[in-house]
Amino acid sequence: MANRNFVALRTIWIKECTRFLRIWVQTLLPPAITMSLYFVIFGNLIGSRIGQMGGFSYMEFIVPGLIMMAVITNSYSNVCSSFYSAKFQHNIEEMLVAPVPNWVIIAGFVGGGVARALLIGIIVTSVSLFFVDIKIHNLAFIIITLILTAVLFATAGLINAIFANSFDDISIIPTFILTPLTYLGGVFYSLSMLPELWQWVSKANPIVYMVNGFRYGFLGVSDVNQYVSLGLLIGFNVILLSVAYSLINRGVGIRS
Amino acid sequence: MFALDIKGLTKTYKSGTKALHGIDLQVKQGDFFALLGPNGAGKSTTIGIISSLVNKTSGEVNIFEYSLASQMESAKACIGLVPQEFNFNQFETLLQIMLNQAGYYGVPRSVAKPRAEKYLKQLDLWEKRNSAARTLSGGMKRRLMIARALMHEPRMLILDEPTAGVDIEIRRSMWTFLKAINEQGVTIILTTHYLEEAEMLCRNIAIIDKGVIVKNTSMKSLLATLNVETFVFDLSENVSSLNLSGFDYRLIDDHTLEVDVHKEANLNTVFEQLTEQRIHVLSMRNKSNRLEELFVRLVESGRNPVTGEIANG
Repeated sequence: MANRNFVALRTIWIKECTRFLRIWVQTLLPPAITMSLYFVIFGNLIGSRIGQMGGFSYMEFIVPGLIMMAVITNSYSNVCSSFYSAKFQHNIEEMLVAPVPNWVIIAGFVGGGVARALLIGIIVTSVSLFFVDIKIHNLAFIIITLILTAVLFATAGLINAIFANSFDDISIIPTFILTPLTYLGGVFYSLSMLPELWQWVSKANPIVYMVNGFRYGFLGVSDVNQYVSLGLLIGFNVILLSVAYSLINRGVGIRS
Repeated sequence: MFALDIKGLTKTYKSGTKALHGIDLQVKQGDFFALLGPNGAGKSTTIGIISSLVNKTSGEVNIFEYSLASQMESAKACIGLVPQEFNFNQFETLLQIMLNQAGYYGVPRSVAKPRAEKYLKQLDLWEKRNSAARTLSGGMKRRLMIARALMHEPRMLILDEPTAGVDIEIRRSMWTFLKAINEQGVTIILTTHYLEEAEMLCRNIAIIDKGVIVKNTSMKSLLATLNVETFVFDLSENVSSLNLSGFDYRLIDDHTLEVDVHKEANLNTVFEQLTEQRIHVLSMRNKSNRLEELFVRLVESGRNPVTGEIANG
């Protein structure tokens, strides 16, 4: 049984990775181009006039946030579009009919989203090396934060796809919720620059903790306590994975 | 042992539609079984529940004595499903689809590869193995779904309208293939709109209408209940009137005659009476498939002639 589940998990994961690698022009190239533009415009052109932030050059300051932004967007959109396409084409039925436990289905799709997010993370980090020398304060913290964030947003993308009934439904949350929260999540600025009221408001944005936790791993500085960031990430992961498991178990959106 | 044992199965959809009214159904191991019914009768709901795509409202489903409720994974491993709609990823190649299917059932790659080759060759799809599924013709897609369902070598194969939209030549080759699979011991449950298909392939049959099983018997005994067959005679001359004593008959036009012949009646008597009246017959055929005639009668006999509602539903 364990071996059968392992073969099924590996099959779903490889299928997911094959999918995003097959359409690399849509999945891997755009973040590399977008992030290069961010580095050139915000880092080089505008950043040189901004000066230092948190004791680092502006370019050094934004690199962790930009990597995290790409990881969040790509882990979410990968699972969201892949799972919804499987629903739309009905090929999700291949897995539902087979003796694949629900946790294996979730792990396979989320694993695919994490793989794409990590690959994008490596690409964006490699691009950033053309513009700045990256400092590493705590590698373990970087890796743990990166993986937990990728798992969290891949799971969020899965939940979005479970409820989605049209292609519009898979673009509403990324456009109207995820993107604003990411831009207001301290990628381009330090919270200390904001008036006190807006600092408190910003701290209600979960992405602030992920960006700052990740920045702590690189630079050793953060607007929020790095262990609070880690704790929140673990907590959100437990909640969303439980929700996704419950939804798939009940057949929401996939069984009539 | 029953390959499939259904007891008191009901399904009410969220919309309030009652699709199944507590059906009981048993299919013996090794059987070739037909599940027939008009559109909306509950065939696809039944198959959906057996294959875990539809949640039942109440009742019990056992597959080779594994409970679908409490031993779901063991029960599912016994089933191969060929659904009515194409449900593979249109952008994947045939080989990817086959190997993924094997993977979902825990079949290792080393076993899956030769098995994919075997079934793709048997269903005449090997040449297309590296093509995307969307480039296949309708008949090829149907055959791909059969090949895919066999990748884990199931003990029971469920085919929901497997030959819909397939030309007669391919349909017949699919029948030969399915017969061979059944002879190897695989239990087959088939739903189809081609009643000739059910008559040719299946040993036992259940007819479902409005969520109720209206007949569950062997094909042989069902066909034996057919008392009257209608024959169509093509006549050589214009005929405006004729007389056939002992038979119900109709002149459809001046060249076509329809005669209802009871099982015990002698068909020669029809010819004798026509010859006496100097009417010559050019050709003769059954009006419809025998099973089709029975099917229509069974479904109609259970319904209120005015409302179409089934009597015991």
